[in-house]
Amino acid sequence: MNKLNRDQMAARVARDIPEYAVVNLGIGLPTLVANHLPRDREILLHSENGVLGMGPAPAAGEEDYDLINAGKQPVTLLRGGSFFHHADSFGMMRGGHLDFCVLGAFQVSACGDLANWHTGVPDAIPAVGGAMDLAIGAKQVFVMMEHLTKQGESKIVEHCSYPLTGVGCVDRVYTDLAVIDVTPQGLRVLEIVDGLSFDELVRLSGVPMWRAQAKAYA
Amino acid sequence: MINKIVSTVEEAVAGINDGATVMIGGFGPAGQPAELIDALVAQGAKDLTIVNNNAGNGETGLAALLKARRVRKIICSFPRQVDSQVFDALYRSGDIELELVPQGNLAERIRAAGAGIGGFFTPTAYGTDLAKGKETRLIDGRGYVLEFPIHADFALIKAERGDRWGNLVYRKTARNFGPIMATAARCAVVQVHEIVELGALDPEAIVTPGIFVKRVVRVERSAAGSDAGVQAA
Repeated sequence: MNKLNRDQMAARVARDIPEYAVVNLGIGLPTLVANHLPRDREILLHSENGVLGMGPAPAAGEEDYDLINAGKQPVTLLRGGSFFHHADSFGMMRGGHLDFCVLGAFQVSACGDLANWHTGVPDAIPAVGGAMDLAIGAKQVFVMMEHLTKQGESKIVEHCSYPLTGVGCVDRVYTDLAVIDVTPQGLRVLEIVDGLSFDELVRLSGVPMWRAQAKAYA
Repeated sequence: MINKIVSTVEEAVAGINDGATVMIGGFGPAGQPAELIDALVAQGAKDLTIVNNNAGNGETGLAALLKARRVRKIICSFPRQVDSQVFDALYRSGDIELELVPQGNLAERIRAAGAGIGGFFTPTAYGTDLAKGKETRLIDGRGYVLEFPIHADFALIKAERGDRWGNLVYRKTARNFGPIMATAARCAVVQVHEIVELGALDPEAIVTPGIFVKRVVRVERSAAGSDAGVQAA
């Protein structure tokens, strides 16, 4: 099968972000989506630390460490961009003003529960940041993750075994194998990579799924 | 004449008592009032409860305060980072208490304190471990968690520019928690890079009105930390 690499996954997510959208990209894999947003669409990127209209990374030597993203890397501001304090920034999330957020995940359940903040290992130091606010706040919550763990276990599960970030909050999952919607009728497969059958995808995932008229992926 | 300007960081942190709750602005290094924190380390107050988004980076600033064992408890959203080794060690040895709060709840609890709100229902964390033991309510079919304000005795904040009435403007994403922490503390202490005459700040653009600020101290831009590479705004 033709698994997507990280950049291909990011490009696939980017294709579904429409013009005018206000989007928050989570730390890690979702950050790559920014590199693939079509230049002919006006899309506003929100960063939890108080930026709307975030631009790409600055040229070497132009870094300003008072202008950073949620991952604390230097960024730039687009013309028309704005700064605001933290309560306003999270009010934008919680208040339903963001159109999309794209988050990484450890697990997503069949009913859209999200686990992405804590492995639950006793010695692990917990850190949640803005994950829980984003998960319940954006109008549409996209998850972007590898379909399987390094051990080959499905990250799409019947019930999350890791501590939850949000309950029933995920709308769509983009993996390196498929695009899957979370619907009231269960997991609906929209696209599958070349060389992988629907039946094989369901077997790998270990959870029931149903199929829209599945298109070729990417 | 109202004059909130003090001439040294030592005066700025005077009176911070053992056991105080101290909010410290910043999101990682951006907006972290490093010189005020250094002055607090030197001042010696201990048994502190610190409110910050993170739990210190590297060995300086908040990390140095932790390393000096002045902090009993930290309330934050994201302690674990690649360079949070000072916090990590204290946490693992049981030498610091952690109250982990989702970042938006942290911001809103601070805002609520400054705005005189006794508590609020938020959908964030509903159904998760971070809502365990908390009162919940269904409102219009959606689950919410009751959260309470976080008040502080002192707030240490970094802003770009201020005047003798305590009016402030910030710089880029260094604003982050500054404006809300200023409202939530009994005594907000601010380090600025520039002190200007009354009237020099555009009243339409003042972010923190002076009513929320008690002390302002000027600190030179440093060559390190979040000031590295900063051009005049």
